[in-house]
Amino acid sequence: MADTVPRLRTAGYNLYYGSFRALRDITIDIPENSITAIIGPSGCGKSTFLRSFNRMNELIPGVTVTGKVLLDGEDIFRADVVALRRKVGMVFQRPNPFPKSIFDNVSYGPRIHGTRDRGVLASIVERSLRDAALWDEVKDDQQKSALALSGGQQQRLCIARALAVEPEVILMDEPASALDPVATMRIEELMQSLKQRYTIVIVTHNMQQAARVSDFTAFMMTDGFRAGNLVEFGATKQIFTTPADSRTEDYISGRFG
Amino acid sequence: MKPSRNGRVTARKAWQGCAFALFWLSGIAAMAVMLAVVGYVVVRGAPELSLSFFTTSPRGGLSGDGGIASTIVATAYLVVMTMAFAAPLGIGAGIYLVEYAGNSRNRIATTFLKLSRFGSETLAGVPSIIFGLFGYALFVTAMHFGFSLLSASLAGACLILPVVVRTAEEALKAVPEGYREASLSLGATRWETIRKVVLPSALPGLTTGIILGVGRILSETAVFYVTLGGSYRTPTSVLSSGRTMALHVYYLAMETRAFEKAMATGAVLVILIIIVNLAINAVSRRLSAGSRS
Ligand SMILES: Nc1ncnc2c1ncn2[C@@H]1O[C@H](COP(=O)(O)OP(=O)(O)O)[C@@H](O)[C@H]1O
Ligand SMILES: [Mg+2]
Repeated sequence: MADTVPRLRTAGYNLYYGSFRALRDITIDIPENSITAIIGPSGCGKSTFLRSFNRMNELIPGVTVTGKVLLDGEDIFRADVVALRRKVGMVFQRPNPFPKSIFDNVSYGPRIHGTRDRGVLASIVERSLRDAALWDEVKDDQQKSALALSGGQQQRLCIARALAVEPEVILMDEPASALDPVATMRIEELMQSLKQRYTIVIVTHNMQQAARVSDFTAFMMTDGFRAGNLVEFGATKQIFTTPADSRTEDYISGRFG
Repeated sequence: MKPSRNGRVTARKAWQGCAFALFWLSGIAAMAVMLAVVGYVVVRGAPELSLSFFTTSPRGGLSGDGGIASTIVATAYLVVMTMAFAAPLGIGAGIYLVEYAGNSRNRIATTFLKLSRFGSETLAGVPSIIFGLFGYALFVTAMHFGFSLLSASLAGACLILPVVVRTAEEALKAVPEGYREASLSLGATRWETIRKVVLPSALPGLTTGIILGVGRILSETAVFYVTLGGSYRTPTSVLSSGRTMALHVYYLAMETRAFEKAMATGAVLVILIIIVNLAINAVSRRLSAGSRS
Protein backbone atom coordinates (compact mmCIF):
# COMPACT_ATOMS: atom_id res chain seq x y z
CA MET A 1 0.00 0.00 0.00
CA ALA A 2 2.93 2.29 0.55
CA ASP A 3 3.45 2.82 -3.18
CA THR A 4 -0.07 4.16 -3.76
CA VAL A 5 -1.36 7.63 -2.93
CA PRO A 6 -4.25 7.83 -0.44
CA ARG A 7 -7.17 9.52 -2.09
CA LEU A 8 -9.44 9.40 0.93
CA ARG A 9 -8.24 9.54 4.47
CA THR A 10 -9.96 9.69 7.81
CA ALA A 11 -8.18 10.37 11.07
CA GLY A 12 -9.67 9.95 14.53
CA TYR A 13 -13.12 10.18 12.97
CA ASN A 14 -16.21 9.90 15.20
CA LEU A 15 -19.86 10.23 14.29
CA TYR A 16 -22.81 10.68 16.65
CA TYR A 17 -26.51 10.33 15.97
CA GLY A 18 -27.64 12.67 18.72
CA SER A 19 -25.91 11.23 21.76
CA PHE A 20 -25.43 7.79 20.22
CA ARG A 21 -21.89 7.26 19.01
CA ALA A 22 -22.16 5.28 15.78
CA LEU A 23 -18.50 5.46 14.69
CA ARG A 24 -15.50 5.46 17.00
CA ASP A 25 -12.08 6.78 16.18
CA ILE A 26 -11.74 5.57 12.61
CA THR A 27 -8.43 6.12 10.86
CA ILE A 28 -7.98 4.79 7.36
CA ASP A 29 -6.14 5.59 4.11
CA ILE A 30 -8.01 4.60 0.96
CA PRO A 31 -5.73 4.36 -2.08
CA GLU A 32 -6.73 5.76 -5.45
CA ASN A 33 -7.67 3.76 -8.53
CA SER A 34 -8.58 0.74 -6.50
CA ILE A 35 -11.62 -0.90 -5.04
CA THR A 36 -11.93 -0.87 -1.28
CA ALA A 37 -14.61 -3.06 0.28
CA ILE A 38 -16.11 -2.29 3.67
CA ILE A 39 -17.44 -5.43 5.32
CA GLY A 40 -18.90 -6.18 8.72
CA PRO A 41 -22.04 -7.35 10.49
CA SER A 42 -25.18 -5.36 9.86
CA GLY A 43 -25.59 -2.29 12.04
CA CYS A 44 -21.86 -1.83 12.56
CA GLY A 45 -21.85 1.52 10.79
CA LYS A 46 -20.74 0.67 7.24
CA SER A 47 -23.34 2.86 5.57
CA THR A 48 -22.80 5.65 8.05
CA PHE A 49 -19.06 5.52 7.40
CA LEU A 50 -19.50 5.47 3.62
CA ARG A 51 -21.89 8.42 3.74
CA SER A 52 -19.23 10.38 5.59
CA PHE A 53 -17.16 10.76 2.45
CA ASN A 54 -19.77 12.85 0.63
CA ARG A 55 -21.27 14.40 3.77
CA MET A 56 -24.66 12.78 3.24
CA ASN A 57 -24.98 12.29 6.99
CA GLU A 58 -25.45 16.03 7.33
CA LEU A 59 -28.96 15.60 5.99
CA ILE A 60 -29.94 13.74 9.15
CA PRO A 61 -30.88 16.05 12.02
CA GLY A 62 -28.77 15.66 15.11
CA VAL A 63 -25.66 14.22 13.48
CA THR A 64 -22.34 15.55 14.72
CA VAL A 65 -18.83 14.50 13.78
CA THR A 66 -15.35 14.97 15.16
CA GLY A 67 -12.00 14.14 13.63
CA LYS A 68 -10.86 14.53 10.06
CA VAL A 69 -12.00 13.36 6.65
CA LEU A 70 -9.69 14.32 3.81
CA LEU A 71 -10.10 14.08 0.05
CA ASP A 72 -6.78 14.49 -1.73
CA GLY A 73 -5.42 15.96 1.47
CA GLU A 74 -8.17 18.59 1.74
CA ASP A 75 -10.54 18.75 4.71
CA ILE A 76 -13.96 17.91 3.25
CA PHE A 77 -15.80 19.78 5.99
CA ARG A 78 -14.13 22.99 4.86
CA ALA A 79 -14.93 22.35 1.21
CA ASP A 80 -18.10 23.47 -0.56
CA VAL A 81 -20.51 20.58 -0.23
CA VAL A 82 -21.73 20.91 -3.83
CA ALA A 83 -18.17 20.76 -5.15
CA LEU A 84 -17.42 17.82 -2.86
CA ARG A 85 -20.39 15.81 -4.06
CA ARG A 86 -19.39 16.43 -7.65
CA LYS A 87 -16.08 14.76 -6.90
CA VAL A 88 -17.50 12.02 -4.72
CA GLY A 89 -20.43 10.27 -6.39
CA MET A 90 -22.73 7.75 -4.78
CA VAL A 91 -24.70 4.68 -5.82
CA PHE A 92 -27.37 3.57 -3.39
CA GLN A 93 -28.58 0.22 -2.15
CA ARG A 94 -31.91 0.41 -3.90
CA PRO A 95 -31.74 1.57 -7.50
CA ASN A 96 -33.22 5.08 -7.37
CA PRO A 97 -33.54 6.48 -10.89
CA PHE A 98 -35.67 9.60 -11.14
CA PRO A 99 -39.12 9.12 -12.67
CA LYS A 100 -37.80 10.71 -15.84
CA SER A 101 -36.43 9.47 -19.14
CA ILE A 102 -33.12 7.63 -19.36
CA PHE A 103 -31.59 10.68 -21.04
CA ASP A 104 -32.89 13.08 -18.41
CA ASN A 105 -31.60 10.86 -15.62
CA VAL A 106 -28.04 10.79 -16.93
CA SER A 107 -28.00 14.43 -17.99
CA TYR A 108 -29.43 15.59 -14.65
CA GLY A 109 -26.06 16.20 -12.98
CA PRO A 110 -24.36 17.98 -15.87
CA ARG A 111 -27.43 20.16 -16.33
CA ILE A 112 -27.44 21.12 -12.66
CA HIS A 113 -23.81 22.07 -13.01
CA GLY A 114 -24.51 24.36 -15.94
CA THR A 115 -24.21 22.38 -19.17
CA ARG A 116 -27.08 23.50 -21.42
CA ASP A 117 -25.94 22.57 -24.92
CA ARG A 118 -28.02 19.64 -26.16
CA GLY A 119 -25.17 18.20 -28.24
CA VAL A 120 -22.73 18.32 -25.35
CA LEU A 121 -25.30 16.72 -23.06
CA ALA A 122 -25.96 13.99 -25.62
CA SER A 123 -22.28 13.12 -25.80
CA ILE A 124 -21.96 13.10 -22.00
CA VAL A 125 -24.98 10.80 -21.80
CA GLU A 126 -23.53 8.45 -24.41
CA ARG A 127 -20.12 8.32 -22.73
CA SER A 128 -21.63 7.71 -19.30
CA LEU A 129 -24.00 5.01 -20.54
CA ARG A 130 -21.12 3.31 -22.36
CA ASP A 131 -18.97 3.46 -19.24
CA ALA A 132 -21.81 1.96 -17.25
CA ALA A 133 -22.18 -0.84 -19.83
CA LEU A 134 -25.76 0.15 -20.54
CA TRP A 135 -25.43 1.96 -23.86
CA ASP A 136 -26.11 -1.00 -26.14
CA GLU A 137 -29.31 -1.85 -24.31
CA VAL A 138 -30.84 1.64 -24.29
CA LYS A 139 -29.21 3.66 -27.09
CA ASP A 140 -32.24 3.44 -29.37
CA ASP A 141 -34.74 4.49 -26.73
CA GLN A 142 -33.20 7.07 -24.45
CA GLN A 143 -36.54 8.85 -24.06
CA LYS A 144 -38.03 5.78 -22.41
CA SER A 145 -38.88 6.13 -18.71
CA ALA A 146 -36.08 4.91 -16.49
CA LEU A 147 -38.70 3.18 -14.36
CA ALA A 148 -39.42 0.79 -17.25
CA LEU A 149 -35.90 -0.70 -17.00
CA SER A 150 -35.12 -3.87 -15.06
CA GLY A 151 -33.61 -3.58 -11.59
CA GLY A 152 -30.11 -4.35 -12.84
CA GLN A 153 -30.43 -1.87 -15.68
CA GLN A 154 -31.73 0.74 -13.28
CA GLN A 155 -28.69 0.29 -11.06
CA ARG A 156 -26.35 0.65 -14.03
CA LEU A 157 -28.31 3.74 -15.02
CA CYS A 158 -27.69 5.13 -11.53
CA ILE A 159 -23.98 4.41 -12.02
CA ALA A 160 -24.10 6.20 -15.39
CA ARG A 161 -25.87 9.12 -13.73
CA ALA A 162 -23.10 9.31 -11.11
CA LEU A 163 -20.38 9.04 -13.80
CA ALA A 164 -21.89 11.87 -15.84
CA VAL A 165 -20.60 14.52 -13.42
CA GLU A 166 -17.07 13.07 -13.75
CA PRO A 167 -16.39 12.21 -10.12
CA GLU A 168 -13.05 11.03 -8.77
CA VAL A 169 -14.51 8.70 -6.19
CA ILE A 170 -17.58 6.48 -6.38
CA LEU A 171 -19.21 5.29 -3.18
CA MET A 172 -21.44 2.24 -3.48
CA ASP A 173 -23.67 1.07 -0.66
CA GLU A 174 -24.50 -2.60 -1.26
CA PRO A 175 -25.20 -1.77 -4.91
CA ALA A 176 -26.12 -5.33 -5.84
CA SER A 177 -28.08 -6.43 -2.78
CA ALA A 178 -31.42 -5.85 -4.52
CA LEU A 179 -30.32 -7.57 -7.75
CA ASP A 180 -30.34 -11.11 -9.10
CA PRO A 181 -27.05 -13.01 -9.60
CA VAL A 182 -26.70 -12.19 -13.30
CA ALA A 183 -27.26 -8.48 -12.72
CA THR A 184 -24.88 -8.66 -9.75
CA MET A 185 -22.18 -10.16 -11.96
CA ARG A 186 -22.59 -7.37 -14.49
CA ILE A 187 -22.19 -4.73 -11.78
CA GLU A 188 -19.06 -6.48 -10.51
CA GLU A 189 -17.54 -6.59 -14.01
CA LEU A 190 -18.42 -2.95 -14.42
CA MET A 191 -16.59 -2.06 -11.21
CA GLN A 192 -13.47 -3.78 -12.48
CA SER A 193 -13.48 -1.68 -15.64
CA LEU A 194 -14.19 1.53 -13.70
CA LYS A 195 -11.39 1.19 -11.18
CA GLN A 196 -8.79 2.16 -13.82
CA ARG A 197 -10.10 5.69 -13.61
CA TYR A 198 -11.98 5.95 -10.35
CA THR A 199 -11.46 5.22 -6.70
CA ILE A 200 -14.29 2.96 -5.62
CA VAL A 201 -15.45 2.29 -2.09
CA ILE A 202 -18.09 -0.38 -1.79
CA VAL A 203 -20.06 -1.54 1.22
CA THR A 204 -21.11 -5.15 0.99
CA HIS A 205 -22.51 -7.73 3.37
CA ASN A 206 -21.44 -10.40 0.93
CA MET A 207 -17.93 -11.62 1.75
CA GLN A 208 -17.56 -13.56 -1.49
CA GLN A 209 -18.29 -10.36 -3.32
CA ALA A 210 -15.70 -8.45 -1.30
CA ALA A 211 -13.13 -11.16 -1.99
CA ARG A 212 -13.98 -11.22 -5.71
CA VAL A 213 -14.02 -7.53 -6.52
CA SER A 214 -11.90 -5.59 -4.09
CA ASP A 215 -8.20 -4.78 -3.79
CA PHE A 216 -8.45 -3.69 -0.17
CA THR A 217 -10.82 -4.69 2.57
CA ALA A 218 -11.85 -2.87 5.71
CA PHE A 219 -13.51 -4.94 8.42
CA MET A 220 -15.76 -3.05 10.81
CA MET A 221 -17.46 -4.23 13.97
CA THR A 222 -19.29 -2.75 16.92
CA ASP A 223 -17.55 -2.52 20.25
CA GLY A 224 -19.10 -2.98 23.68
CA PHE A 225 -20.89 0.38 23.36
CA ARG A 226 -22.43 -0.47 19.96
CA ALA A 227 -20.15 2.04 18.25
CA GLY A 228 -18.63 0.99 14.94
CA ASN A 229 -14.88 0.43 14.96
CA LEU A 230 -12.44 -0.31 12.19
CA VAL A 231 -11.01 -3.65 13.25
CA GLU A 232 -8.67 -4.32 10.40
CA PHE A 233 -7.75 -2.84 7.05
CA GLY A 234 -5.42 -4.31 4.46
CA ALA A 235 -5.02 -5.96 1.08
CA THR A 236 -8.04 -8.14 0.40
CA LYS A 237 -5.90 -11.21 -0.13
CA GLN A 238 -4.24 -10.75 3.23
CA ILE A 239 -7.50 -10.10 5.08
CA PHE A 240 -9.07 -13.22 3.66
CA THR A 241 -6.06 -15.52 4.04
CA THR A 242 -4.06 -14.30 7.00
CA PRO A 243 -6.15 -11.84 9.03
CA ALA A 244 -4.21 -10.21 11.83
CA ASP A 245 -7.17 -9.92 14.18
CA SER A 246 -8.99 -12.95 15.52
CA ARG A 247 -12.36 -11.15 15.18
CA THR A 248 -11.73 -10.72 11.46
CA GLU A 249 -10.94 -14.39 11.18
CA ASP A 250 -14.13 -15.32 13.07
CA TYR A 251 -16.21 -13.09 10.84
CA ILE A 252 -14.84 -14.23 7.48
CA SER A 253 -14.99 -17.85 8.49
CA GLY A 254 -18.68 -17.27 9.25
CA ARG A 255 -18.53 -17.78 12.98
CA PHE A 256 -20.75 -14.75 13.55
CA GLY A 257 -22.50 -11.99 11.68
CA MET B 1 -67.72 -32.06 22.22
CA LYS B 2 -68.05 -32.23 18.51
CA PRO B 3 -71.71 -31.24 18.11
CA SER B 4 -71.32 -28.23 20.38
CA ARG B 5 -68.33 -27.02 18.41
CA ASN B 6 -70.31 -27.42 15.23
CA GLY B 7 -73.11 -25.53 16.92
CA ARG B 8 -70.77 -22.68 17.72
CA VAL B 9 -69.55 -22.58 14.17
CA THR B 10 -73.14 -22.40 12.94
CA ALA B 11 -73.92 -19.60 15.38
CA ARG B 12 -70.84 -17.69 14.29
CA LYS B 13 -71.82 -18.10 10.68
CA ALA B 14 -75.30 -16.83 11.49
CA TRP B 15 -73.84 -13.77 13.22
CA GLN B 16 -71.64 -13.14 10.25
CA GLY B 17 -74.69 -13.41 8.00
CA CYS B 18 -76.59 -10.91 10.13
CA ALA B 19 -73.67 -8.50 10.15
CA PHE B 20 -73.28 -8.71 6.38
CA ALA B 21 -77.01 -8.16 5.90
CA LEU B 22 -76.83 -5.07 8.11
CA PHE B 23 -73.83 -3.67 6.25
CA TRP B 24 -75.54 -4.39 2.98
CA LEU B 25 -78.70 -2.65 4.12
CA SER B 26 -76.88 0.42 5.40
CA GLY B 27 -74.90 0.53 2.16
CA ILE B 28 -78.11 0.44 0.15
CA ALA B 29 -79.73 3.04 2.39
CA ALA B 30 -76.78 5.43 2.06
CA MET B 31 -76.80 5.02 -1.71
CA ALA B 32 -80.55 5.56 -1.82
CA VAL B 33 -80.35 8.79 0.17
CA MET B 34 -77.62 10.11 -2.11
CA LEU B 35 -79.45 9.14 -5.25
CA ALA B 36 -82.67 10.62 -3.90
CA VAL B 37 -81.05 14.01 -3.25
CA VAL B 38 -79.22 14.19 -6.56
CA GLY B 39 -82.16 12.68 -8.45
CA TYR B 40 -84.70 15.03 -6.90
CA VAL B 41 -82.64 18.10 -7.72
CA VAL B 42 -81.94 16.98 -11.27
CA VAL B 43 -85.49 15.85 -12.00
CA ARG B 44 -87.10 19.00 -10.63
CA GLY B 45 -84.55 21.27 -12.21
CA ALA B 46 -84.40 19.57 -15.62
CA PRO B 47 -87.48 21.23 -17.18
CA GLU B 48 -85.85 24.65 -16.69
CA LEU B 49 -82.60 23.64 -18.32
CA SER B 50 -82.17 25.03 -21.81
CA LEU B 51 -79.47 26.77 -23.75
CA SER B 52 -80.85 30.20 -22.87
CA PHE B 53 -80.71 29.28 -19.17
CA PHE B 54 -76.92 29.20 -19.54
CA THR B 55 -76.62 32.24 -21.78
CA THR B 56 -78.86 34.80 -20.07
CA SER B 57 -78.23 36.46 -16.74
CA PRO B 58 -80.70 36.64 -13.87
CA ARG B 59 -82.99 39.62 -14.13
CA GLY B 60 -83.37 40.15 -10.42
CA GLY B 61 -86.61 40.82 -8.62
CA LEU B 62 -89.13 38.51 -7.04
CA SER B 63 -89.92 36.55 -10.17
CA GLY B 64 -86.44 35.04 -10.47
CA ASP B 65 -86.55 35.47 -14.23
CA GLY B 66 -83.52 34.86 -16.40
CA GLY B 67 -80.72 32.29 -16.45
CA ILE B 68 -77.43 31.84 -14.72
CA ALA B 69 -74.86 33.29 -17.16
CA SER B 70 -73.46 35.95 -14.81
CA THR B 71 -73.28 33.48 -11.91
CA ILE B 72 -71.22 31.08 -14.04
CA VAL B 73 -68.83 33.92 -14.85
CA ALA B 74 -68.64 35.03 -11.20
CA THR B 75 -68.01 31.45 -10.08
CA ALA B 76 -65.25 31.02 -12.64
CA TYR B 77 -63.55 34.29 -11.63
CA LEU B 78 -63.82 33.41 -7.98
CA VAL B 79 -62.37 29.94 -8.46
CA VAL B 80 -59.43 31.29 -10.46
CA MET B 81 -58.73 34.14 -8.04
CA THR B 82 -59.04 31.98 -4.94
CA MET B 83 -56.69 29.40 -6.38
CA ALA B 84 -54.26 32.13 -7.39
CA PHE B 85 -53.98 33.00 -3.70
CA ALA B 86 -54.36 29.56 -2.14
CA ALA B 87 -52.30 27.36 -4.47
CA PRO B 88 -48.90 29.11 -4.22
CA LEU B 89 -49.37 29.78 -0.52
CA GLY B 90 -50.58 26.27 0.30
CA ILE B 91 -47.96 24.49 -1.78
CA GLY B 92 -45.27 26.82 -0.46
CA ALA B 93 -46.30 26.03 3.11
CA GLY B 94 -46.31 22.31 2.29
CA ILE B 95 -42.79 22.60 0.88
CA TYR B 96 -41.64 24.41 3.98
CA LEU B 97 -43.20 21.87 6.32
CA VAL B 98 -41.90 18.78 4.53
CA GLU B 99 -38.62 19.85 2.96
CA TYR B 100 -37.27 22.34 5.47
CA ALA B 101 -38.93 22.29 8.88
CA GLY B 102 -39.40 18.50 8.80
CA ASN B 103 -35.74 17.80 9.37
CA SER B 104 -34.78 20.89 11.23
CA ARG B 105 -33.30 21.07 14.68
CA ASN B 106 -34.42 24.65 14.96
CA ARG B 107 -36.74 24.96 17.99
CA ILE B 108 -38.78 27.74 16.47
CA ALA B 109 -39.25 25.82 13.23
CA THR B 110 -40.42 22.66 14.96
CA THR B 111 -42.79 24.60 17.20
CA PHE B 112 -44.18 26.37 14.18
CA LEU B 113 -44.51 23.01 12.46
CA LYS B 114 -46.56 21.52 15.28
CA LEU B 115 -48.69 24.64 15.63
CA SER B 116 -49.48 24.80 11.95
CA ARG B 117 -50.36 21.08 11.83
CA PHE B 118 -52.67 21.52 14.77
CA GLY B 119 -54.00 24.70 13.25
CA SER B 120 -54.80 23.22 9.89
CA GLU B 121 -56.48 20.21 11.47
CA THR B 122 -58.60 22.40 13.70
CA LEU B 123 -59.45 24.91 10.99
CA ALA B 124 -60.77 22.07 8.83
CA GLY B 125 -63.52 21.52 11.40
CA VAL B 126 -64.48 25.17 11.94
CA PRO B 127 -67.88 26.14 10.46
CA SER B 128 -67.28 28.06 7.27
CA ILE B 129 -69.37 31.04 8.36
CA ILE B 130 -66.58 31.79 10.85
CA PHE B 131 -64.20 32.19 7.94
CA GLY B 132 -66.86 34.34 6.34
CA LEU B 133 -67.11 36.66 9.34
CA PHE B 134 -63.34 36.86 9.53
CA GLY B 135 -63.19 37.71 5.83
CA TYR B 136 -65.95 40.27 6.29
CA ALA B 137 -64.20 41.96 9.19
CA LEU B 138 -60.76 41.95 7.62
CA PHE B 139 -61.19 42.27 3.86
CA VAL B 140 -64.62 43.81 3.40
CA THR B 141 -64.46 46.31 6.24
CA ALA B 142 -60.97 46.88 7.59
CA MET B 143 -59.18 46.76 4.23
CA HIS B 144 -62.06 48.48 2.42
CA PHE B 145 -62.29 45.91 -0.38
CA GLY B 146 -66.06 45.92 0.08
CA PHE B 147 -68.28 43.10 -1.09
CA SER B 148 -66.11 42.01 -3.96
CA LEU B 149 -64.38 39.18 -5.78
CA LEU B 150 -61.18 40.28 -4.04
CA SER B 151 -62.63 40.00 -0.52
CA ALA B 152 -64.37 36.74 -1.36
CA SER B 153 -61.34 35.12 -2.93
CA LEU B 154 -59.12 36.10 0.00
CA ALA B 155 -61.67 34.69 2.45
CA GLY B 156 -62.09 31.62 0.24
CA ALA B 157 -58.33 31.16 0.20
CA CYS B 158 -58.31 31.17 4.01
CA LEU B 159 -61.06 28.57 3.95
CA ILE B 160 -59.33 26.10 1.64
CA LEU B 161 -55.75 26.75 2.71
CA PRO B 162 -55.75 23.97 5.32
CA VAL B 163 -56.86 21.38 2.79
CA VAL B 164 -54.36 22.56 0.18
CA VAL B 165 -51.52 22.53 2.73
CA ARG B 166 -52.49 19.07 3.96
CA THR B 167 -52.67 17.51 0.52
CA ALA B 168 -49.45 19.24 -0.52
CA GLU B 169 -47.77 17.83 2.58
CA GLU B 170 -49.03 14.33 1.83
CA ALA B 171 -48.00 14.59 -1.81
CA LEU B 172 -44.49 15.74 -0.92
CA LYS B 173 -44.09 13.12 1.78
CA ALA B 174 -45.01 10.44 -0.74
CA VAL B 175 -41.98 11.33 -2.89
CA PRO B 176 -39.41 8.57 -2.20
CA GLU B 177 -36.47 9.71 -0.10
CA GLY B 178 -34.19 8.03 -2.64
CA TYR B 179 -34.98 10.71 -5.24
CA ARG B 180 -33.82 13.45 -2.90
CA GLU B 181 -30.70 11.54 -1.89
CA ALA B 182 -29.81 10.84 -5.51
CA SER B 183 -30.19 14.46 -6.49
CA LEU B 184 -28.24 15.81 -3.53
CA SER B 185 -25.49 13.23 -4.05
CA LEU B 186 -25.01 14.60 -7.56
CA GLY B 187 -24.23 18.01 -6.13
CA ALA B 188 -27.67 19.59 -6.47
CA THR B 189 -28.71 22.06 -3.81
CA ARG B 190 -31.83 21.49 -1.75
CA TRP B 191 -33.78 23.99 -3.79
CA GLU B 192 -32.67 22.47 -7.12
CA THR B 193 -33.70 19.09 -5.76
CA ILE B 194 -37.14 20.39 -4.82
CA ARG B 195 -37.67 22.15 -8.12
CA LYS B 196 -36.36 19.52 -10.49
CA VAL B 197 -37.15 16.25 -8.76
CA VAL B 198 -39.53 16.58 -5.81
CA LEU B 199 -42.17 18.91 -7.27
CA PRO B 200 -42.48 17.11 -10.63
CA SER B 201 -43.02 13.78 -8.96
CA ALA B 202 -45.45 15.25 -6.44
CA LEU B 203 -47.44 16.95 -9.19
CA PRO B 204 -50.42 14.56 -9.31
CA GLY B 205 -50.87 14.85 -5.54
CA LEU B 206 -50.52 18.63 -5.64
CA THR B 207 -53.09 18.74 -8.43
CA THR B 208 -55.47 16.66 -6.33
CA GLY B 209 -55.25 19.24 -3.56
CA ILE B 210 -56.02 22.04 -5.96
CA ILE B 211 -59.02 20.26 -7.44
CA LEU B 212 -60.30 19.54 -3.92
CA GLY B 213 -60.02 23.27 -3.27
CA VAL B 214 -61.94 24.06 -6.46
CA GLY B 215 -64.72 21.71 -5.36
CA ARG B 216 -64.88 23.41 -2.00
CA ILE B 217 -65.19 26.86 -3.59
CA LEU B 218 -67.91 25.64 -5.95
CA SER B 219 -70.02 24.36 -3.08
CA GLU B 220 -69.34 27.05 -0.48
CA THR B 221 -72.10 29.55 0.32
CA ALA B 222 -71.72 30.99 3.82
CA VAL B 223 -68.29 32.55 3.28
CA PHE B 224 -69.32 34.23 0.04
CA TYR B 225 -72.67 35.35 1.39
CA VAL B 226 -70.85 37.77 3.69
CA THR B 227 -67.88 38.66 1.46
CA LEU B 228 -69.04 38.60 -2.16
CA GLY B 229 -72.37 40.32 -1.68
CA GLY B 230 -75.08 39.13 -3.99
CA SER B 231 -75.10 41.20 -7.17
CA TYR B 232 -76.59 39.24 -10.04
CA ARG B 233 -74.71 41.32 -12.60
CA THR B 234 -71.63 40.05 -14.36
CA PRO B 235 -68.56 41.18 -12.40
CA THR B 236 -66.39 43.62 -14.31
CA SER B 237 -63.43 43.99 -11.97
CA VAL B 238 -61.89 42.36 -8.93
CA LEU B 239 -63.76 44.90 -6.81
CA SER B 240 -67.14 43.93 -8.28
CA SER B 241 -69.69 42.21 -6.14
CA GLY B 242 -71.15 39.01 -7.56
CA ARG B 243 -73.00 35.81 -7.02
CA THR B 244 -71.64 32.30 -7.32
CA MET B 245 -73.91 29.54 -8.57
CA ALA B 246 -74.26 28.14 -5.07
CA LEU B 247 -75.22 31.59 -3.74
CA HIS B 248 -77.65 32.00 -6.59
CA VAL B 249 -79.41 28.81 -5.50
CA TYR B 250 -79.76 30.31 -2.05
CA TYR B 251 -81.09 33.66 -3.30
CA LEU B 252 -83.54 32.03 -5.71
CA ALA B 253 -84.90 29.75 -3.04
CA MET B 254 -85.14 32.36 -0.28
CA GLU B 255 -85.99 35.57 -2.10
CA THR B 256 -87.90 34.62 -5.24
CA ARG B 257 -90.74 32.38 -6.26
CA ALA B 258 -88.57 30.56 -8.79
CA PHE B 259 -87.98 27.40 -6.82
CA GLU B 260 -87.67 25.36 -10.02
CA LYS B 261 -84.86 27.63 -11.16
CA ALA B 262 -83.07 27.10 -7.88
CA MET B 263 -83.33 23.38 -8.54
CA ALA B 264 -82.05 23.80 -12.09
CA THR B 265 -79.06 25.80 -10.90
CA GLY B 266 -78.52 23.21 -8.20
CA ALA B 267 -78.58 20.48 -10.82
CA VAL B 268 -75.89 22.23 -12.84
CA LEU B 269 -73.83 22.65 -9.70
CA VAL B 270 -74.23 19.02 -8.68
CA ILE B 271 -73.13 17.88 -12.13
CA LEU B 272 -70.13 20.22 -11.98
CA ILE B 273 -69.14 18.84 -8.61
CA ILE B 274 -69.49 15.28 -9.87
CA ILE B 275 -67.16 16.19 -12.73
CA VAL B 276 -64.66 17.70 -10.27
CA ASN B 277 -64.72 14.51 -8.21
CA LEU B 278 -64.23 12.37 -11.31
CA ALA B 279 -61.21 14.53 -12.10
CA ILE B 280 -59.82 13.89 -8.61
CA ASN B 281 -60.30 10.17 -9.09
CA ALA B 282 -58.60 10.27 -12.47
CA VAL B 283 -55.63 12.19 -11.08
CA SER B 284 -55.18 9.96 -8.06
CA ARG B 285 -55.49 6.87 -10.23
CA ARG B 286 -52.67 8.24 -12.35
CA LEU B 287 -50.78 8.90 -9.15
CA SER B 288 -51.04 5.33 -7.92
CA ALA B 289 -50.36 3.93 -11.39
CA GLY B 290 -47.23 6.07 -11.48
CA SER B 291 -45.98 4.81 -8.14
CA ARG B 292 -46.59 1.18 -9.11
CA SER B 293 -44.47 1.20 -12.24
N1 LIG C 1 -30.62 8.12 10.85
C1 LIG C 1 -30.19 7.46 11.94
N2 LIG C 1 -30.51 7.91 13.17
C2 LIG C 1 -30.09 7.26 14.28
N3 LIG C 1 -29.34 6.15 14.26
C3 LIG C 1 -28.98 5.64 13.07
C4 LIG C 1 -29.40 6.27 11.84
N4 LIG C 1 -28.91 5.55 10.82
C5 LIG C 1 -28.23 4.52 11.37
N5 LIG C 1 -28.27 4.58 12.72
C6 LIG C 1 -27.63 3.64 13.66
O1 LIG C 1 -26.24 3.65 13.43
C7 LIG C 1 -25.71 2.34 13.46
C8 LIG C 1 -25.03 2.04 12.14
O2 LIG C 1 -25.99 1.97 11.11
P1 LIG C 1 -25.56 1.73 9.61
O3 LIG C 1 -24.50 2.67 9.25
O4 LIG C 1 -26.80 1.76 8.77
O5 LIG C 1 -24.99 0.24 9.66
P2 LIG C 1 -24.70 -0.82 8.49
O6 LIG C 1 -24.74 -0.10 7.18
O7 LIG C 1 -23.38 -1.39 8.81
O8 LIG C 1 -25.77 -1.86 8.60
C9 LIG C 1 -26.88 1.42 13.78
O9 LIG C 1 -26.87 1.18 15.17
C10 LIG C 1 -28.09 2.22 13.40
O10 LIG C 1 -29.18 1.88 14.19
MG1 LIG D 1 -26.07 -0.36 5.47
